[in-house]
Amino acid sequence: MRIHTLDQTAREAIASACADVQDATDGDHVDTVTPGLVARPTDVAQVAEVLRAATAHRLSVVPRGRGTKLSWGTPPTSADVLLDVSALDRVIDHAAGDLIVAAQAGTPLADVQQAVGDAGQRLALDETVPGTSIGGLLAANTSGPRRVAIGSARDLLIGITVVRADGVVAKAGGRVVKNVAGYDLGKLMIGSFGTLAVIVDATFRLHPLPAARTWVSAPVSSPAEAQRLVQSVLHAQAVPAAIEVEWGSDSGPATGTATGVVSVLLEGREDGVAGRAATVRALLGETATESATDQPAGGATYPWDVTAAGDDRATAFKLTFALSGLADVMQTATETGVTLRGSAGAGVAYAALAAGTPVEAARTALDRLRRTCTGRGGSAVVVDAPTDVKSGLDVWGPVPALDLMSRVKDQFDPDHRLAPGRFVGGL
Amino acid sequence: MNTDIAAVADVARRVLPEAAVITDRARLRTYECDGLAHYRVTPALVVIPEDATQLAAIVRACAEYGVPYVARGSGTGLSGGALPHADGVLVVTSRMRAITEMRPEDQRAVVEPGVINLDVTRAATPHGYYYAPDPSSQQICSIGGNVAENSGGAHCLKYGFTTNHVLGADFVTSEGDTVPLGGDAPDSPGYDLLGAVVGSEGTLGIVTSTTVKLVRLPEEVRTILVGFETTDQAGAATSAIISAGIVPAAIEMMDALAVEAAEAAVHCNYPAGAGAVLVIELDGAAIEVEQEYAEVERMCAENGAFEQRLATDPADRALIWKGRKSAFAAVGRISPDYIVQDGVIPRTALPQVLSAIAELSSSSGVRVANVFHAGDGNLHPLVLFDDEIEGAGEAAERVSGAILDLCIEHGGSITGEHGVGMDKAKYMPRMYTDDDLDTMQMVRCAFDPQNISNPGKIFPTPRLCGEVPGRHKGAHPLQDAGLAEVF
Repeated sequence: MRIHTLDQTAREAIASACADVQDATDGDHVDTVTPGLVARPTDVAQVAEVLRAATAHRLSVVPRGRGTKLSWGTPPTSADVLLDVSALDRVIDHAAGDLIVAAQAGTPLADVQQAVGDAGQRLALDETVPGTSIGGLLAANTSGPRRVAIGSARDLLIGITVVRADGVVAKAGGRVVKNVAGYDLGKLMIGSFGTLAVIVDATFRLHPLPAARTWVSAPVSSPAEAQRLVQSVLHAQAVPAAIEVEWGSDSGPATGTATGVVSVLLEGREDGVAGRAATVRALLGETATESATDQPAGGATYPWDVTAAGDDRATAFKLTFALSGLADVMQTATETGVTLRGSAGAGVAYAALAAGTPVEAARTALDRLRRTCTGRGGSAVVVDAPTDVKSGLDVWGPVPALDLMSRVKDQFDPDHRLAPGRFVGGL
Repeated sequence: MNTDIAAVADVARRVLPEAAVITDRARLRTYECDGLAHYRVTPALVVIPEDATQLAAIVRACAEYGVPYVARGSGTGLSGGALPHADGVLVVTSRMRAITEMRPEDQRAVVEPGVINLDVTRAATPHGYYYAPDPSSQQICSIGGNVAENSGGAHCLKYGFTTNHVLGADFVTSEGDTVPLGGDAPDSPGYDLLGAVVGSEGTLGIVTSTTVKLVRLPEEVRTILVGFETTDQAGAATSAIISAGIVPAAIEMMDALAVEAAEAAVHCNYPAGAGAVLVIELDGAAIEVEQEYAEVERMCAENGAFEQRLATDPADRALIWKGRKSAFAAVGRISPDYIVQDGVIPRTALPQVLSAIAELSSSSGVRVANVFHAGDGNLHPLVLFDDEIEGAGEAAERVSGAILDLCIEHGGSITGEHGVGMDKAKYMPRMYTDDDLDTMQMVRCAFDPQNISNPGKIFPTPRLCGEVPGRHKGAHPLQDAGLAEVF
């Protein structure tokens, strides 16, 4: 573990920029790196002050929301200051009649859901990591089953305020859903792992809470069968809110056999959901079961333990592929012994190798999964892994247009002080 | 023609067929404007490439000689986004019209930039799919233009905009290099450059191929035409529908003047004497559409609807939509000249903003016909005037600008779907601070440091890409050089 120490003048500069500045403890590490200081600003002005002080003293800064995904991605090459935005935790504005909500970056997603739920509304983003903040969700671009019908963060974010590396506060978008004035900076921030700017607040489009929901599930015994069922649901008039697949070996890794479940979520009006569930049951066959209350095993979670730390972590992958590539991806999953779970209806799945899997095996699995996914119009990236495993893997894989991305980074953060090394190509 | 343009023209003649390189003054003039016809600039050179390789070669030549270029699809844009540059090249994509892939099993199609929006839907329909974004100009506008402008349409209330339906693109950078952005699958690793490119109005580069999402055709569609005495009643009905948790595919409103114009132009047989009409479309699974229709009908009646007409067949539906989609052009029937405005307000502010527009209209004597996407608060006031009358054009401009101020005051936007282009660059500082605009232009500098890709659009003041703002200390460089004095 690398630990950063700051000289006294730099410490004083950060301390005068922000009321709450502490020495970092073990709980503050960013993957393998323990930062020098933890600054916890209470307003946007302090965030800007910290970034200005960091600029003046050439300090690296890693933003943190609720700290639920700091081990994801690649570890930073430097982390002088951990900029903790968890005190920016207010729901700023909920305009129920306009179906929008604005919240500060450190606000837990659950708090936002609570605030808008009372009005019969929801922010249609799944909480895939318990406790996640709005800012963390955006920076890591997490998504869950519901992206089939409604989409992911990029489809719901309508406005954003960020603080640049040089301390300048800037916003883009606004508080109306329809708006094409200026560049859509929000999209650049989504999934950028804090490397372009520090997100301080975000405004989202909301949806009405559905009156009814039900899950229809059926076991599958082969990738071809799963693909056939998924395609039949996609092409039917079922208007699925989610189409999930779960797939893994029952008897230890890489036995060459696996089984799974295809689950379809239907949301909407009572009668409509009942009618569409009947359609889906007919498509999924005699073994289909329905539950209005229980999500199928897994629900909107990853096929690994997100609370595990250190070497107890699984080696976790995110896989994307064209919809008709599902069977190929499942077949490769079987052959590489990974457990697979994700959105067959969106072409986004997650895969895990159990903790303790050696780096060579992880590399072989990743290479094969990556070949399959890129061959089907997608990608395979490492979400998380124990330190020794991750350092032996190509976390992001090939990134087309990396040169343009570097140029964007150079514009926003010319000294590469924001979350340096956390992202693709060492950005 | 200056020597740099001549050099680009030479390259163009080498890589393109003769007929695809236009330098003749009279022919150049046919490209002098897009859908916003009161801005006119004759380009120095027009090229009409047949494929991505030719297009990239032209851009590379522009980069080499520092010549500005502007991409143009069908030229239907309403903000002057495709307005040519007098010393630049206009790159017209109208010959790149192939739908190269149609893959319903992946819910994807791959299309060239000149493909007409509606043709994607036509090609997908036999497979049970369609392309959701549907600007009113969908019979003639191109996908490349849609990508540049992040086009919306009546149905984006439920289905989103172009940006929500574009997954991948082949992108020609301002250096003339071709790079893939995104792909078949969502969430490509790295920054979402495609998200920045869509809606950037051609200022970041040119897209030569687009992978779009196809949406399953709904099982049931119901289109209802509803007549009200007043726009307030129509607005209240809209609010009631949205508050009930119904997300219609579209809710469109037209006021009496807009209805009068549409009636004169296309004889759409809208309810006589209506102060406002709503066009409401519900789509989805049959059983839900049936129930939602009953609720919508009840809510319209409760809010004062005096006539409700359900389209009973596709011809009926087409006629209802024809009235709405032809509204802009139809206004030509009741006024020699008009400005199409495009502003957005939070939907709940609709009553206040409409009455404020009415006040503006009566105090200035400038007639305003209102057409809008009521569901998402996107207003298209049509400001009517007669350019033959001295000062009328200026008065109309003032009213049009004041409407944008109203939108900003209510927390809205200066454009919902037509783009900033040339027309609204001057309004950007009313909506964004200098820091906001400076930050946006960092993206511009990353993509196009030479400032040659559609320069002069969106931003009122270009940012010098080497410049770091706010760090200048001491005297101005010109002062230092003895070329200027401070008075």
